[in-house]
Amino acid sequence: MGKLYSGAEIVFKSLEDQKVEFIFGYPGGAVLPIYDELKNHPSIKHILVRHEQGAGHAAEGYARSSGKPGVVLVTSGPGATNVVTALTDAYMDSVPLVCISGQVPTHLIGTDAFQECDTTGITRPCTKHNWLVKDINDLPRIMHEAFEVATTGRPGPVLVDIPKDVQFAKAKYFKPKKEKKLNGKVQNKFNQKEIDQLIDLMSKASKPVFYTGGGVINSGPKASELLRELVSLTGFPITSTLQGLGAYPGDDNQFLGMLGMHGTYEANNAMHDCDLLINIGARFDDRITGKIDEFSPKSKKVHIDIDPSSINKIIKVDLSIVGDVAEVISATSKTLKKKNLNIEKSNKQKISKWWQQIQKWRTKQSLNFINSNTIIKPQHAVQRLYELTKDQDTYITTEVGQHQMWAAQHYKFNKPNRWMTSGGLGTMGYGLPAAVGVQVAHPKKLVIDIAGEASILMTMQEISTAIQYNLPIKIFILNNQYMGMVRQWQELLHEKNYSESYSEALPDFVKLAEAYGCVGIRAKSPNELDGKIEEMINIDKPVIFDCHVDQDENCFPMIPSGKPHNQMLLGPKDQEENKITGKGKALV
Amino acid sequence: MVKSKSAYSTPSKLGKLDTHIFVIWVDNEAGVLARVVGLFSGRGYNIESLAVAEVDHKKNLSRVTIVTTGTPQVIEQITLQLKKLVPVHKVANFKKEDKKVIFKEMALLKIAGNQGKIKKALNACKKYNPVILDETKKSAVIQITALRREIDSVTKNLKPLGLVSTSRTGAVAMTRGAEIFN
Repeated sequence: MGKLYSGAEIVFKSLEDQKVEFIFGYPGGAVLPIYDELKNHPSIKHILVRHEQGAGHAAEGYARSSGKPGVVLVTSGPGATNVVTALTDAYMDSVPLVCISGQVPTHLIGTDAFQECDTTGITRPCTKHNWLVKDINDLPRIMHEAFEVATTGRPGPVLVDIPKDVQFAKAKYFKPKKEKKLNGKVQNKFNQKEIDQLIDLMSKASKPVFYTGGGVINSGPKASELLRELVSLTGFPITSTLQGLGAYPGDDNQFLGMLGMHGTYEANNAMHDCDLLINIGARFDDRITGKIDEFSPKSKKVHIDIDPSSINKIIKVDLSIVGDVAEVISATSKTLKKKNLNIEKSNKQKISKWWQQIQKWRTKQSLNFINSNTIIKPQHAVQRLYELTKDQDTYITTEVGQHQMWAAQHYKFNKPNRWMTSGGLGTMGYGLPAAVGVQVAHPKKLVIDIAGEASILMTMQEISTAIQYNLPIKIFILNNQYMGMVRQWQELLHEKNYSESYSEALPDFVKLAEAYGCVGIRAKSPNELDGKIEEMINIDKPVIFDCHVDQDENCFPMIPSGKPHNQMLLGPKDQEENKITGKGKALV
Repeated sequence: MVKSKSAYSTPSKLGKLDTHIFVIWVDNEAGVLARVVGLFSGRGYNIESLAVAEVDHKKNLSRVTIVTTGTPQVIEQITLQLKKLVPVHKVANFKKEDKKVIFKEMALLKIAGNQGKIKKALNACKKYNPVILDETKKSAVIQITALRREIDSVTKNLKPLGLVSTSRTGAVAMTRGAEIFN
């Protein structure tokens, strides 16, 4: 007979076998047996957060920057409900998380016991799958299956709910099976015929564009390399979604910048006018497509995605290839080379016209803003931050709002897994805990959370976690004393009725930093900005950087709601020019 | 044109709605029905009827039959989303008009009244395989199997004949001939 292990031991044995190094968690009554077992497993380090939502986002930051699944450990009831936001966030942005939650003992389930909640019921719509472990003998299988489900196919969060008596009960343990089929949930069944069709479309196209997304990042660093090869092989222009930034170098000439609601003029116009749109690992999100009926009206559309349910969900496509992005790109490049079809050359004339058109759009310089000598413009702050940190391998997280869009527009990423932002759910308060998780995964790297003063207050407490584990994260707050994106919409669409969007009674962030035991820096004028950013970078401790920026600045360009890609609202400079010609008014 | 104040796009025109029958093979485990039904409610799909029971005790398999309406895109989405659920093994779906598929519902009808009324009631049901499950001098429980709209019309006709209680199942489906769903 094999050795019997307690449920708590089985949890750790399976975490060890899954090569887990860090868990983010918070103890409580219903997980105490698991916490008791922690001391016997030195290869696993526990990061104590200050709120379970923080544990979830930290695990997300860890997962997205390292490519490994993030592991979260929380107690029953409030522990589980607090992590729901992070699970939903991970579900929307396809981040692999394994959340282990304690539950009241089996015999008390359903009796409204202390700290009881229907955790699997609550998390069912925000996880790929979840399990309530009622029988200790199921625990090893479920633990391994949890990792399998979280990390295969389109990644996402899972939750394992373990009642306290099951944590004490004993059973045999077995290791994960090497190759396991999950009743066909893993999709990678594309065939050469589909690749040939894609290449046929590519060789016929005269106005092609690649539209790439987070799927390229999720497919692993190899996918980004392969993407770069394919893009240079074809000579096609490429644009990226918010989540896809970094898969292709942001400063490359073939890169048109981000597309979508706050994307560049050239990227959105290219999407609108193209005759071949190749979507690689993106999901036609509503912030990308604008008005569906007028989305890219003249193009043949190709969609490459690992999730079959993403295809034809929003936009009908002409060719769909279901598979892992890296493998599809690799097969495409191989076939291109084998057929010796140098599309760039054979199509050069047609495509060069397309590039001329793109150059024309580029001259709009849609990311431009009117800089100032007296007040820090938020875009300028992000640009300076980029210039002063681009020479080292920097990891950026963000909160949600104007600062997030400015970061996406003005910070250029050259590598995948360097950019962690909450896109699908748009969770304010994501960036600080995510930065904690990123720094845990990359202790020697520079990790900066580009934040807003409203977002940061939502999960401020996690700065305490950063102090405890000596994680020198940098919180760079673009402080405009407004929920900026809310204010922008109110200005543009609600007759400047700034209902409840002013950040009243803000704390003194420098003093707050000192209270937490980290360093506070404040910058108020453009001439001190560079020096202070350098000061921040050189401090080997967590820093809260309170950057006072122009309160009235809006994030441009933007596609107003219900408009197609070619009707963008450009920045104040362009609006002024257009006023003279009378052209742009209709757009506002 | 009125300026849109929404951060979201306005809905485009709805396509044609079709009625479809989904047959879903699932592991018979706790919460599996909630997963299937939750997917429908969470994504705003509509359930017209639902029937579920274990069909293979050894393999622990249940068969769920759901009748729903939606545009072709919505029907495709439902299929693909269902297939993503971990305990779902197989999903089949076909149009209500599909001639290759048999599609039945059962109803239990309680008639309270004199023998004459019961006889008339039974007569009204005669096309739908009526079986009398219980009979007293003043009442009868009749079981019929038929299509949904047939049961709708029968129950309407039975109202004046003393129909006091109706219990109906959701639809179940089976292909004709030797072939099975794949």
